[in-house]
Amino acid sequence: MTAADVVSRLRSGMTIGIGGWGPRRKPMALIREVLRSDLKDLTIVAYGGPEVGMLCAAGKVRKLVYGFVTMDAIPLEPYFRKAREAGEIEVVEYDEGMFEWGLRAAGMRMSFLPTRCGLATDVLARNPALKTIASPYDDGEVYVAMPALKLDAALLHVNEADCLGNTLITSADPLFDHLFARAATECYVSTERLQTRFALDAASARQNYFERYLVTGVVHSPFGAHPTYSNPDYGWDLSHLKRYNASANEEDGWRDYVSEFIAGTEADYLRKVGGEEHIRTLPLPVF
Amino acid sequence: MNQIAQDVVSQESGFSLAELMIVAASEAWRGDGEVLASGIGVVPRLGASLAKMTHAPLLLMTDSETFLVETPVPLGPRGDFKPAYSGYMSFDRVFECVWGGKRHAMIGPTQIDRYGQTNLSVVGDYARPKAAMLGVRGLPGNSINHANSFFVPNHSPRVFVKGEVDMVSGVGYQPARWPKGANAAFVDLRRIVTNLCVMDFEGKNRACRVRSLHPGVSFDEVQAATGFELEIGDDCAVTAAPTQAQLELIRWLDPHNLRATVIKNNPPGVRGA
Repeated sequence: MTAADVVSRLRSGMTIGIGGWGPRRKPMALIREVLRSDLKDLTIVAYGGPEVGMLCAAGKVRKLVYGFVTMDAIPLEPYFRKAREAGEIEVVEYDEGMFEWGLRAAGMRMSFLPTRCGLATDVLARNPALKTIASPYDDGEVYVAMPALKLDAALLHVNEADCLGNTLITSADPLFDHLFARAATECYVSTERLQTRFALDAASARQNYFERYLVTGVVHSPFGAHPTYSNPDYGWDLSHLKRYNASANEEDGWRDYVSEFIAGTEADYLRKVGGEEHIRTLPLPVF
Repeated sequence: MNQIAQDVVSQESGFSLAELMIVAASEAWRGDGEVLASGIGVVPRLGASLAKMTHAPLLLMTDSETFLVETPVPLGPRGDFKPAYSGYMSFDRVFECVWGGKRHAMIGPTQIDRYGQTNLSVVGDYARPKAAMLGVRGLPGNSINHANSFFVPNHSPRVFVKGEVDMVSGVGYQPARWPKGANAAFVDLRRIVTNLCVMDFEGKNRACRVRSLHPGVSFDEVQAATGFELEIGDDCAVTAAPTQAQLELIRWLDPHNLRATVIKNNPPGVRGA
């Protein structure tokens, strides 16, 4: 399917989980299609990177469920900051591990999972809906009952996929994408490379992290994670991220960014950011 | 040795404040054994790396991405250096490690209070903050599960706040914050390394205590830069200067001299030198 097909299956008001982590392997081609759409009032659930800032800037976000929003090399995401400081979005802020636990609970069809993470912090104080629960065993220890983070849809970006919905993540870190897939009613995956049917050897088959029955649709989106990085295929585009970051300090900066990069097609986007040759040679970040 | 590193060494004191802090940071992991050492940021990472290469060889460390290494990886572009991996540490395994307690992290929070509670989320009112930072990240889980130390490059009352931090992200020794029945036994706040001193929470009733002052810094000066009352250890010393051997390891670990950018104007390790 196409990115437009994916967006046509999403509705305003939905809860949408976004895979990846900060500036890593974000499904940006799908996000750009969301930015081009009329979707609004979304609840976004993410280990946030620039996609969260862009969705906030575009006024798509009603509520944000997150543990952080960052672009790493540029630690503070400018449009997330603006929206957060203006009080424009409702926020539910979790510890990174609580967040994982919420996705796991949803994927296991549990209403919650217990954890110590979040106790004695303002994560509880600022989220009055969060409850604690005492162990029913002799220890009686009190835990946070981390509620399931059930998603209407998940958007992910992978390195390879086939037309049946089998996926491979060849990045060094699969991140938590499999948990987003499991937590979601529908899961849409963009992929660097698309094959008709996989015929894998055992070593590469191990890079399949979640089953195809979880995948609703696959979109062939070469360089679809740009400007975030999708290792081992290409690094992040730091000069583009800086350009994006700077736009937040310019009058009409977001409108200009949209008209320059988002308003056209994905092919236009790739051409404007320097073309496939440029993206292919972006070095992987060294930490 | 590159030119910038030579310039630092040629300072009169022979070492920079950042290098003094790296050595002080490395001391945080002394005696830790086989735990994952996570130093987030230039000085904490160099401190952890230096600890592993000297007094704490059993520490587990990553390449700051996904793989475990037994020889710490130098910062920045690597030139000919190729990391040799000894294992795997994806984010989900880091979380599992956190929950099992076998980790000692050093991070730089935006605010710290007298209870050791830390903030990385927002400054000011929660609904309309004066400054939105990253979010709580992993602080709630880290702080309640394993040892933690802190790094503060600019010791001031804006970091060491009066009262409590604006958004408690990492837990501390504040009894009023703990629900009845919750287990606070794994909270283990170790060291705070700042540009003025090294502190811990080993004062009376877990009070924050100065355990060493950097060369040329007085306790009064530290107190004036802190929003709450500090104690001073009976055996409070001058923070140990780096040895030549430590400086050479630091230069190897930081070939691009990123440490020179941590403190404004890269001052010498001995005040006024």
